[in-house]
Amino acid sequence: MKLENIQFELNVFAAEMAKLKNEKHFDFLVTIVGEDFGEEGLGCIYILENTKTHERMSVKAVNADRNEPYIPTVMHLWKSAEILEREVYDFFGIKFLGHKDMRRIYLRSDFEGYPFRKDYDMSADNNRYVLTDDPEPDYTFEYNLDKDGRLVATKRPLFGDEDYVINIGPQHPATHGVLRLQTVLDGETIKKIYPHCGYIHRGIEKMCESYTYPQTLALTDRMDYLSAMMNRHALCSVIEEAMGVEITDRIKYIRTIMDELQRLDSHLLFYGCCAQDLGALTAFIYGMRDREQVLNVMEETTGGRLIQNYYRIGGCQADIDPNFVQNVKKLCAYMKPMFKEYRDIFTGNVILQNRFKNVGRLSMEDAISYGCTGGTGRAAGWHNDVRKNHPYDMYGKVDFDEITYQNGDCFDRYMVRMDEMEQSIRIIEQLIDNIPAGDFYIKQKPIIRVPEGQWYTSCEGSRGEIGVYLDSKGDKSPYRLKFRPMGLPLVSALDDLLRGEKIADLIAVGATLDYVIPDIDR
Amino acid sequence: MFDFSIVTTWFDSLLRETLGLGDFLSILIECVLVGVFILAAYAMLAIVLIFMERKVCAYFQCRLGPMRVGPWGVFQVFADVLKMLQKEIFFVDKADKLLYLVAPFLVLIASVGTFSFMPWNKGAGILDFNVGIFLLTAISSIGVVGVFLAGWGSNNKYSVVSAMRGAVQMISYEMSLCLCLITAVVLTGTMQISGIVEAQSGPFGWLVFQGHIPAIIAFIVFLVAGNAEANRGPFDLPEAESELTAGYHTEYSGMGFGFFYLAEYLNMFVIAGVATTVFLGGWMPIHIGVAGVDSFMDCIPGIVWFLGKAFLLVWVLLWIRWSFPRLRIDQILKLEWKYLMPLSLINLVLMTVIVALGWYIK
Repeated sequence: MKLENIQFELNVFAAEMAKLKNEKHFDFLVTIVGEDFGEEGLGCIYILENTKTHERMSVKAVNADRNEPYIPTVMHLWKSAEILEREVYDFFGIKFLGHKDMRRIYLRSDFEGYPFRKDYDMSADNNRYVLTDDPEPDYTFEYNLDKDGRLVATKRPLFGDEDYVINIGPQHPATHGVLRLQTVLDGETIKKIYPHCGYIHRGIEKMCESYTYPQTLALTDRMDYLSAMMNRHALCSVIEEAMGVEITDRIKYIRTIMDELQRLDSHLLFYGCCAQDLGALTAFIYGMRDREQVLNVMEETTGGRLIQNYYRIGGCQADIDPNFVQNVKKLCAYMKPMFKEYRDIFTGNVILQNRFKNVGRLSMEDAISYGCTGGTGRAAGWHNDVRKNHPYDMYGKVDFDEITYQNGDCFDRYMVRMDEMEQSIRIIEQLIDNIPAGDFYIKQKPIIRVPEGQWYTSCEGSRGEIGVYLDSKGDKSPYRLKFRPMGLPLVSALDDLLRGEKIADLIAVGATLDYVIPDIDR
Repeated sequence: MFDFSIVTTWFDSLLRETLGLGDFLSILIECVLVGVFILAAYAMLAIVLIFMERKVCAYFQCRLGPMRVGPWGVFQVFADVLKMLQKEIFFVDKADKLLYLVAPFLVLIASVGTFSFMPWNKGAGILDFNVGIFLLTAISSIGVVGVFLAGWGSNNKYSVVSAMRGAVQMISYEMSLCLCLITAVVLTGTMQISGIVEAQSGPFGWLVFQGHIPAIIAFIVFLVAGNAEANRGPFDLPEAESELTAGYHTEYSGMGFGFFYLAEYLNMFVIAGVATTVFLGGWMPIHIGVAGVDSFMDCIPGIVWFLGKAFLLVWVLLWIRWSFPRLRIDQILKLEWKYLMPLSLINLVLMTVIVALGWYIK
């Protein structure tokens, strides 16, 4: 979608945004893109969706003052803004007026400067590796304007004197990577969770700004490695859309099948990890055993098992393997009886039901407000499947159900994924016999230049909507490329989901939210 | 049936009469020998159990388990022990060194202590006197102290949470554990281990047959509670590797960790052994009242019966451990205080009534 930004003045910004949300029903804040607009100043682009009509729009807010830039917060309207605004503050130094917790989230708290600004000094001397510990403050700031229009900071403590604080992560078996959850405990009961991200932050978005378009593709598989195909799909789509490349039906078929295989792979791993986090190691091994079969099928065509590098701008890297069709059919036949086995050993277990049911409930309003897309949102009854709402490739033409549940608890989140695997098989079976002949790649110029403009395109990743925002100035590399991480909203919802629950529930909720840390950190 | 007391009496008379040693020396020599035997059996069983767990869980999970060290991987555990013996024992800053060092031994003492009660064969019970069952439960409680001190002394927040869980869980489950044993004592009329086994002779004399409904209930509750008492899954909350890394033994290395590891496996065996002794007749062969079959059963040595039954129960515990997910702390306590404990109490009354009215199989 090409973005036609509406721009609001800063003094009426909060009120206008409230109107958009309350009167026009734009209740889903897809993402906030911080951007250095050069001469114009620093600002943000807010992408919004109306959850009833699925209409999307974008709003722009710019502050020309580069020294002390500020924008009013929207965290009281959309809960997802809390963590998204912190990200913008971290990278661009824009202070959000009225935001309750204006700390860095990805970078060290003693980091100097704001690296995503175009005037940031990228020289090696200015960016030495730091060997000291991060002097982590136990307080935070809230910024507001006083009567004279100057920024004033209010200091707030993060913890009480009597709080028992325990770090779950960054090195912890249940966080599935290097996520750190600073947890305030009262015995076994959780009082508050402060997520700390950035332990595997590689600055992928910043790197993309100096890469050519084909080079940027190399990084997407390394974000959410369990939806490598979808990440790349989203990036290829946004570039193809901007350049006006029409892809053939064969490419569309292949991409759809590959996306679904990837979803199957991801959900099988989800099943395994759920079982492992709850201590059912046999079920874990069953999930991993069957995931191998999926990977074998993908490997034969793409040559990779985790990092597959398959799609490229204008098509795919190579045509499908001659045995691909046959292998996929075998896989589908193999997988179907396995779903029953999963039910027998894990889903039906009384302990699992007790651990999952009515634990970590997320209401539909909260799911939308936090922007928890994917299985997490669908478990709460929110119809947010990008494949249905904004069909791309073959999804408009195949027959499949969007799985939704009503309770939004751990068990529903788990069941959504278990059912989606069967839907993935269904989609694959409809397509696999009819892959049309045609080109698997449409030849592009050696140097790809994207016309000027701003685009946003999204795909349904394994755990939510993976979106890519592209701002091009007509060069051979993007001016700003921003990925909408699927996991960040999930992490921001953790505190709400878990307040008053037990430590063991943190593990269960974390397992069913199914976040992947490199996707959050980028 | 071979009576092992022949051997022990002969040895005693060898020391006292043939060699002419006094009371003190002969008892000292006997105690040392028995101690060496207990520790050797303890270590051997630990190795067997660890190997068994690895193979059994591997086959549950469509894997092969250890295969590289020795044929079929049989020397894997020896290699592990060797590795563990070489490892450095370190201290965490500001840990309470005394408690940190003492804790693994307390756990081990509880484990070896209860292990000494096992009736291996007819006449081969080591600790055997009139309040045997009573003392056994008392000694097993020392383990809680070890777990608690290990968690507290480690100066690690995960360990402290784990120590709390361990203490709460083990103290709670001791209730139903003891109630189940008392249920059995009501029927057998003695607390002496050898007496309990002797009381289970005769056709269908095992307690689960003799005491039918209340005995079977007590047996199942005992296995559940025993599993919780031994911190084995699905009750392995104090360890809960996905929540608290390794719980109370997170900060232990080398043999400190090794002792916890040993104690865990042996506790599992002790639970299976006590269940075998009390409910499945210990070393007593199964008798069905037909002379030919009964005398054939008597030909099988008692130790084979005992180990066979105990390992069958161990296998059941492994089966449960590898199939079930872990419970949550409040669910564990709810299970004990709301279901198992009242059930065992009612069961105790039921058993008393049945014994009083003589409705059990004689």
